Amino acid sequence: MNLLNQIIQGLLLGGYYALLACGLSFMFGVMRIINLAHGSLAVVAAYLLWLLAEPMGWHPLLALLAVLPAMALLGWVLHRLVLERSARLGALVPLLATFGLASVIDNLLFQHFGADTRSLATAIGTLAYDSWELPGGIYVGQLPAMVLVFAVTLLGGLHAMLAHTALGRQIRAASEDADTARLVGVHTGAVFAAASAITMVTVTLAGASLAMRATFDPFSGPQQLIFAFEAVIIGGAGSLWGTLLGGVVLGVAQNLGAQVHPQGFLIAGHATFLAILLARLCASGALRSFFSTRRQPTP
Amino acid sequence: MSLPMSSPSPAPVGQPAWTIQRWTRTSAVCAGAAVPLLAVLFLGPLWLQAGTVDRLTTLFIYVILAVMWNALAGYAGLVSIGHQAFFGLGAYAMVRLADAGLGPYPALLLGAVLVALVAVPLAAFMLRLQGGEFAIGMWVVAALAHLCVNLDSLVQGETGTSMIALQQYAAGERRAYTYWAALAAMAGLCGAVFLLLRSKVGTAAQAIRDNETAAISIGVRVVAVKRLVFVLSAFGCALAGGLWLATSISFQPKTYFSVQWTAYMIFMVLVGGIGTMEGPILGALLFFAVETWWGGQGVAYLIGLGAVAMLFALFLPKGIWGAVQQRWDLHLLSAGYRVRAREAQSSPADSTRRCV
Repeated sequence: MNLLNQIIQGLLLGGYYALLACGLSFMFGVMRIINLAHGSLAVVAAYLLWLLAEPMGWHPLLALLAVLPAMALLGWVLHRLVLERSARLGALVPLLATFGLASVIDNLLFQHFGADTRSLATAIGTLAYDSWELPGGIYVGQLPAMVLVFAVTLLGGLHAMLAHTALGRQIRAASEDADTARLVGVHTGAVFAAASAITMVTVTLAGASLAMRATFDPFSGPQQLIFAFEAVIIGGAGSLWGTLLGGVVLGVAQNLGAQVHPQGFLIAGHATFLAILLARLCASGALRSFFSTRRQPTP
Repeated sequence: MSLPMSSPSPAPVGQPAWTIQRWTRTSAVCAGAAVPLLAVLFLGPLWLQAGTVDRLTTLFIYVILAVMWNALAGYAGLVSIGHQAFFGLGAYAMVRLADAGLGPYPALLLGAVLVALVAVPLAAFMLRLQGGEFAIGMWVVAALAHLCVNLDSLVQGETGTSMIALQQYAAGERRAYTYWAALAAMAGLCGAVFLLLRSKVGTAAQAIRDNETAAISIGVRVVAVKRLVFVLSAFGCALAGGLWLATSISFQPKTYFSVQWTAYMIFMVLVGGIGTMEGPILGALLFFAVETWWGGQGVAYLIGLGAVAMLFALFLPKGIWGAVQQRWDLHLLSAGYRVRAREAQSSPADSTRRCV
C-alpha cells in the first residue's frame, strides 16, 4: 500500500513537472529554442507573487492576476531583446545568451531577496495542507491534485489553441517554415513574440504552483530547469501530451527513489532520465552505428 | 572549407596557381615566442612572491578550462553546461586515489586519466544529443555525478574532505609543485589542442564547426571527431579540477560541481572569441583581470559576468579575438590553411584567402 501511495504522490508531483515543462516544450516546439533561463523565470514569477501576497498582503489569486500579464509582457520583451536576435545568429547563441540571462536573474534575485527560502504556503491558508482521504489510508493533497488537473487543462488548452485558432495556425506555420509563412502574410516576428508571451504565462503558473506547494530561493531556477527538461525529454521533445507523461514518470521515479535512500529522490530522477535516453538510442540503433564509426563513415 | 574551384589566372603547366600557407610570419614568431615565455614562467617560483605564484597557478587553471571548453564548443559545435562534472570528478578521483595511498601528484594525473576513460562511454550517448539537449543533458550528468560523489562515505556528503596527503610537502614546496604541474598541464593541453587542430582531425573539427551537414556529406567522420574532442576536453577539465584541489586542499562537492565553473568557461570563451585558438587564452587573461579587480564585489560581480557574457553572445558572438581577426586578419596561433595566389604575393591583402 505504501508503494501505491508513493506512486500516487509521484503522479501528483508529475502534474507540477508537466506544468513547468509545458512552456519549455512549447517554446522548443515553436521556435526550436531551449531557454536556459526557463527555471529562473519561473522563480521570478514566484518572487513577484510572494512580494504581492506577503509584504503587501494581496490575496494570492489577485496577485496571480496581476503577475500573469506582467510576465507575459516580460516574455514579449525577452523575445524582442534576446531570443529573436540570438536565434538569427546560429543554433548555439540562444543557449549561451539564455544561460547568461539565467545567471543574471539568479544573482539579481539573490541581491534583492537574500538567501532566505520563501513560500506562499502561509498565504493560502489551509489549502496548503488540506487533503482527501482515499480508502486504504492514502491521502491526496488538494493543492497537488488541483495542480495536476490544471496542468492537464493547460496542456489541453494549448493543444486546442494550436489546432483550432488563427494564432495557433500562424504559430504552426511560422515554426514549420518561417520564410514561407512570411510570404503568405504571417508576421512571424509578432507570432513568435506572442508564443514567447504564452510561454511566460505557463511559466508564471508553474512558478505560482512552486511557490504554493513548496519553498523556493534565488537559486532554485536551475533545478527547476533540469526537472522541466527531464520531463520534456522523457516524454519525447515537442509533444505536449508526451510532456505530461514525462512529468508523471519523473515524479513517480523520484518518489520511489526517495523510498530507497534519502538522496534517492534526485538520483532516481536523473538516472531514469538517462536510462530512458539510453533505451531510446538503443532502440533507434544509434549506438551500434556509434561503435562502428571506426569502419564506416556515419550516415 | 572553400578551396577555389578554378585558379585566379592561367597557371604554368604542372604547377598550381596557388600555394597553401600554414604559418604567417606573425604566427611563426608568436609560436616561437611561446618557448622563451614558458621558460620564464617555469622559473617563476624561484623569484616570484608566494601570492603571485598562487595567482598565476589560478590563471593557468583558467586557461585550461577556457581552452578545453572552447575545443568542444568552438570546434565540435557542442555547448556543454555540465563541464563541472569533469572538474569535480577530477578532484574526486584525486581524493580517492590519494586515500588509496598514491602520492598527490601522481593521483592528480591518474585521476584525470580515469575521468577521460569514463568520458568515453559517456560520449557514446551524450553525443547523440543535439544543441540544447546536449547542453542540459550534460548538466543532468553533472548533477548526477555530484549526488553520487556525495554518497561516498570518504567525502562525507556536502561536508567534504581534505587532501591530507598534500601535507607531506612544506607549504613552499607544495606551492611550487602545484605551480609547475599547472604550467605543464596548461602548456601540454594548449599544445595538444593546437597540434590537433593543425592535424587532419582539426580540419575535420573545423568543418563540423562551420557546417555539420556539409561536413558529413564530404565524408568527415563527425562522431569520431566529436568523441575525440569530448574526451580530451573531459581530461583537461579533470586535470584542472585536480589542480584546483591541489591549491585549495579542501574538497567540498558543492564547490567543485557548481555550474559556476561552466559559467566562467562560457564567459572566458565568449569574451575572448569562440572557435579561435587565441580567443580562450585572451578570455582567460581578461577573466583573471576582472576577477582580480572586481572579484571582491560578490553578487554584483556575478551579475556583471552573466550580463557581459549575454551581451557578447548577442552583439559580438565571435568575441574580441574574432573581431580582431576579421578587422586585421591577424593570426598569432594559426591552425588553419591560407590559400594564396602565386602571381600576387606582393599584395597579400587581396590575394590571400583564409579557409579556416
